[in-house]
Amino acid sequence: MTEKSTIYLDYASTTPVDPRVASKMMEYLTPDGEFGNPASRSHRYGWKADDAVEEARSHVANLVNADPREIVWTSGATEADNLAVKGVARFYKSKGNHIITSKIEHKAVLDPCRQLEREGFEVTYLEPNEFGIIQPEQVKEAIKESTILVSLMHINNELGTLNDLQSIGEITRESGVFFHVDAAQSTGKVKIDLSTLPVDLMSFSAHKTYGPKGIGALFVRRKPRVRIEALIHGGGHERGMRSGTLAPHQIVGMGEAFRIAKLEMTKDHEMIAKYHEKFLDEAMKIEHVYINGDLKNKVPNILNMSFNFVEGESLIMGLKDIAVSSGSACTSASLEPSYVLRALGRKDELAHSSIRFSFGRFTKESDVDKTLSILNSVVDRLRELSPLWEMHLDGIDLDTVTWNTH
Amino acid sequence: MAYSKKVVDKFENTLNDPKAFNVGRFDPKEENVGTGMVGAPACGDVMKLQIKCEPSGNTHVIKDVKFKTYGCGSAIASSSELVDMLIGKTLEEAKAIKNKEIVDALELPPIKIHCSVLAEDSIKQAIEDYESKQ
Repeated sequence: MTEKSTIYLDYASTTPVDPRVASKMMEYLTPDGEFGNPASRSHRYGWKADDAVEEARSHVANLVNADPREIVWTSGATEADNLAVKGVARFYKSKGNHIITSKIEHKAVLDPCRQLEREGFEVTYLEPNEFGIIQPEQVKEAIKESTILVSLMHINNELGTLNDLQSIGEITRESGVFFHVDAAQSTGKVKIDLSTLPVDLMSFSAHKTYGPKGIGALFVRRKPRVRIEALIHGGGHERGMRSGTLAPHQIVGMGEAFRIAKLEMTKDHEMIAKYHEKFLDEAMKIEHVYINGDLKNKVPNILNMSFNFVEGESLIMGLKDIAVSSGSACTSASLEPSYVLRALGRKDELAHSSIRFSFGRFTKESDVDKTLSILNSVVDRLRELSPLWEMHLDGIDLDTVTWNTH
Repeated sequence: MAYSKKVVDKFENTLNDPKAFNVGRFDPKEENVGTGMVGAPACGDVMKLQIKCEPSGNTHVIKDVKFKTYGCGSAIASSSELVDMLIGKTLEEAKAIKNKEIVDALELPPIKIHCSVLAEDSIKQAIEDYESKQ
């Protein structure tokens, strides 16, 4: 077990399963529970499991105001993104071979796009503005005769900024182009109404919304109809779009998590917005702190900040009693700062010094207070260690220094 | 990220008691001080190492060291480890220090070996600076 003295502020990475969800999931596993295969049509074990799956489907559909028949279960948002992007591209390849996405999409969209390029598709990667937002006009300008799909995220996972789905969707509708949205970060955070929103496909994840890992869903609109080529074949489950025995305990978990999300979204939001305001007010008192993303157009559960003259990984190591995530991928083999922050045009040193704090349903006010106090002291001490801070205090403009790179 | 306990301890000890771990600065203009600064902010690490030396026989001995490092945990730990190796060494002995010694002492993971290379460069440059003043 992780030492529970560690404060968890990495909800955008994953959330714990809500205990109410976990206890519901437990009913679908053991001999005295409903363990049946939902595809078994010949006995009550199958029927009961099928009922549970369909009820869960309704809960998921209900949260985003869709028809349950438009929800396809997947193993997670990554599979949903793959299914949407590759599925539409391959099905409609006779119509065109051009796809539009952005430079700051999740890898679950970018990597399938790279794969499609290898298969002969052409992909345009739109540049976000300095706040991480794609302007609808950019989409309009990028659409051409051969465009078949636009895939953009709703809420950016590193920055928390929101794209204007309504305006972008109106443009894609007008041009007869499909619009896929990765909404892994959205459920339970912002209201989504697919009965009016001009979006054709939308990916969801359970584990960002207090459900279990390993389950997600893809919304595939019925009217106007979208067709996709399956990635996984073998039995024709999910109306042929995703074969494989359904996992009722996972599905029930996602359904329950989304049912609770609908009921508690306002309450969660109010609490988290309060934490966000407090955190921001206090953290901004530290000198040379920068917000990555757009304060006027973002969700309060994600706050991405750069602490100039301090490197991100060392800051995370210093914040050892707090679980947060760094924009800098220095901990991976690449030694590159976050591609998202880079795409915003942030200087590399600021991209290297970024930290994402993300709050959630189980965050306590004392967590926020304790984090702020540790953050203050660690930034101070790392700056005492930083030759860049020393130069800054001496009045040296770091941009004019010739660095002795290796 | 699999940092060894040695890296984590060295980093934390340095952070918690910077003075005891030779964090600080000498006046770079002093004749008996040599300064080396390597790396770049855009690459994610900058090390500044200063040595204070005294003549001893036909060579010079490192009497005191100060450093400041901007970088990941292992960059800070590598600098701090290097500092421990330097005090009391002659310039010839210090020049002979190889990055491998830092890698071994801290059990640095392969992707962090560049931190030790940077540390080796910093002492080379500091000695060069010192020698140019003599």
